[in-house]
Amino acid sequence: MALDRWIALVLLGICLAYGYAAWFTMDGNLAPFMKRNPIWPSTFPKVLSILGIIACSIILLGFEKAEAKEADIDYRRLGDYHLGQALMLLALMVVYALCLRPMGFLVSTSTFLIIGAYILGERKWHIMLPVSLIATIVVWYLVQQVLGIYMRPLPGFLGG
Amino acid sequence: MLEGLLIGLQTAFSVQNLLMVIGGCLIGTFIGMLPGLGPMSIIAIMIPVAISMGDPSAALILLAGVYYGAIFGGSTSSILLNAPGVAGTVASSFDGYPMAQQGKAGKALTIAAIASFAGGTIGAILLMVFAPALSSVALLFHSAEYFALMVVGLSAIAAFAGTGQVAKAMIMTVLGLIMATVGEGALFNLPRFTMGIMDLQSGFGFITLAMAMFALPEALFLVLKPKDLKGDDGEIKDLRITGAEARAIAPVIGRQSLQGFFIGVLPGAGATIASFLGYAVERNIAPKEEQEEFGKGSIKGLAAPETANNAACTGSFVPLLTLGIPGSGTTAILLGALIALNVTPGPRLMIDEPQIFWAVIMSMFIGNLVLLILNLPLIPYIAKVLAVPRNYLIPFILFFTLMGAYIGQNNATELLLLVGFGICATALKFADYPLAPLLIGFILGGMMEDNFARSMQLYDGIGFIWQRPMTLGLLVIAAILVVLPSYRARRAKYRAGGVAEGD
Repeated sequence: MALDRWIALVLLGICLAYGYAAWFTMDGNLAPFMKRNPIWPSTFPKVLSILGIIACSIILLGFEKAEAKEADIDYRRLGDYHLGQALMLLALMVVYALCLRPMGFLVSTSTFLIIGAYILGERKWHIMLPVSLIATIVVWYLVQQVLGIYMRPLPGFLGG
Repeated sequence: MLEGLLIGLQTAFSVQNLLMVIGGCLIGTFIGMLPGLGPMSIIAIMIPVAISMGDPSAALILLAGVYYGAIFGGSTSSILLNAPGVAGTVASSFDGYPMAQQGKAGKALTIAAIASFAGGTIGAILLMVFAPALSSVALLFHSAEYFALMVVGLSAIAAFAGTGQVAKAMIMTVLGLIMATVGEGALFNLPRFTMGIMDLQSGFGFITLAMAMFALPEALFLVLKPKDLKGDDGEIKDLRITGAEARAIAPVIGRQSLQGFFIGVLPGAGATIASFLGYAVERNIAPKEEQEEFGKGSIKGLAAPETANNAACTGSFVPLLTLGIPGSGTTAILLGALIALNVTPGPRLMIDEPQIFWAVIMSMFIGNLVLLILNLPLIPYIAKVLAVPRNYLIPFILFFTLMGAYIGQNNATELLLLVGFGICATALKFADYPLAPLLIGFILGGMMEDNFARSMQLYDGIGFIWQRPMTLGLLVIAAILVVLPSYRARRAKYRAGGVAEGD
C-alpha cells in the first residue's frame, strides 16, 4: 500500500474518532433550553465527520487514482537524504520551545541559532557567534521595545 | 463627486497626512515581510499610536497605509521564502516561489509590485465610483447566501486541484474545517474537542497552522535535500519585465482587479478568497500549454493573486465605509479604531464627514504610488535574502516560524503544536497531498459555521436551502464543481480505454 493510502487510513481513524465524539458524546450534557434550538454545537461537526469519512474512503478504496508523479523527495529512500540533520533540527525546535520561558529569550534564541547552524555543518565560529548574538538582540529589541510584546530576556534566576 | 475629490485631495495632501501614508507603508512593508505577522496583528499594534493622534482622517490614513504595506510585504516573503505571513498571500507563493527558485526572484518581485499597484489603484477607482451602489448589493446577501458562497469557494478549491487530486483536496479541506471546530465555538461558547486541554480552549492559532503547513515543511525539504539556491551571488538579474510579458499579464490584471474588488466587497470573503479564486480562474481560462506552467513559475499565476488581493483589500473598505459592517478581521479592527475616535462609519459618513471618506480614498492612491516607488528600487536589496548562505538561512527561517507562532499567542505550547503539525505536514507533502486547502478550510471554518448557524436559527431548520433560491443555486454550483472533474476524468478514461481496445 502506498503512503497516500496509509495516510488516508490514519485520517479515516481521526474522522471516525471525531465523528464518535460529535455523534455520541456531545449532546448528553446539553442544557434543556439549548435542545430547543434548531442547531446544536454538534450539528456542524456531525456533517463534517460524514464528509470526511466519505472522502477518506474514496482514497482508501482507490476510486480515484492519481498518476504517479516524479516527487521532489522519494520517501521510500529517506535514508539517502540528510535525515539526521532534519531530525536533530526538529528536536532542537522542541528543546527551544521548552526552554524559551525558563531560560529567557536572549539565551535560548542565540543558543538555538548557533546550534542550528552547527548541525547544518557551519564551523566558522568567528562569523556564527556575532551573527546569532546581533540577530537575537535586534529581534528582541524590535519585539519588546517597538512592538511592546513582553518577552522575558534573561533566565529567571538573573531577574529577567 | 468632484467636490468630494477636491475635499479629499485637500485633506490627504497636508504634510502630516502625506507623512502618515509613507510611514504607514514603510512600517507595514517591513513588518509584513516577517512571516507570521499579518496585517491584523500589525494594525492592532498600531491602534494605540493612531488613537493618540486624535485626528480621525490621519488615523485612518495611517492604518490603511499599514494595511497595504503589510499585504505587499507578505507577498515578498511568500515569493522569496515560501513563508506567507498573511493568508491573502498564500496563493502568491504557488508561482512566486518557483520563480525565485529558477533565479527570477527580481522579476517575480517586480511583477508583484506592479500587479499590487494596479490592483490597488483600480480598486480605489472602483471604490470611488461604486461605493454607494455596492452597498445595496451587499445588503442582498444574507447569512444563508454567505454560507452557500463559502461552500462554493471551498469546493472550487477542491475542484481545481487537478486530475486525481480532487478527493485528496477534499480530505484536506474537511480536515481544515474539522480543526476549525476545535476550541470554543460561537454557539453557546461551549468548548468542543479540546480533550480537556486548557491550551486548546481558544482553538488552534491560524499563524501556527500556516507556519506548520508551509514554512516548516519547506525548511525541512531544504535540509533533507540541499538544492542550489539560484542567484546566491546576490545579483538579481532581469528585474525588468519584457513587453511580451507585460502584454501577457495586462488582461490578467484587468480581470482580477474587477473580480478581486467585487469579492472583497462581500463581507467574509476578502483578500484570501479573492486571491485563491483569482488564481483558480486564471488557471482555468488560460490556454492548455500555459496551464501546465501554473505552479511552476507562471507570471500569470503570480500576477493574478497579487492583483486580486490588493483589489479585495480596497473592496473590503466598501462595507466598512458605507454600511459600518466590517467584512474582515482587519476592517473590524479599523472599525474599533474609528469608534474610539468618535466617528461612526455608516451610510451617514459620506454626508456628515465627507473629508474622512474622501481623504481615505485619496490616501489609497497615494499609498499605492508610494509602495510602487519605494519597492521597485528596493527590490534588489529585498531579494538579497536569497544570498544568505544556507547554514544561516535555515536556522533563521525556523526561528522566524517559531517566533511568529509565539508572538501570536504568547504561549509555549503553541511552539510544540507547530513542530507536531509541521511533521504531519511534511508526511502529507511526501504523499502528495495538497496543503493549501487545509489552511483555507481552517480560515473559513469558523465563519462558515457562524453563518450556517444563523440561517438555521432564522429559518428554524434546514429549510433555508430551498426557501432562498440564491442559496440553492450557489449550493448546486458547488455540487457540480465537485462532481464534474471526476466525471470528466472517468469519461476520458473510458474513451481512452475504448480506443486502446480497438487498436
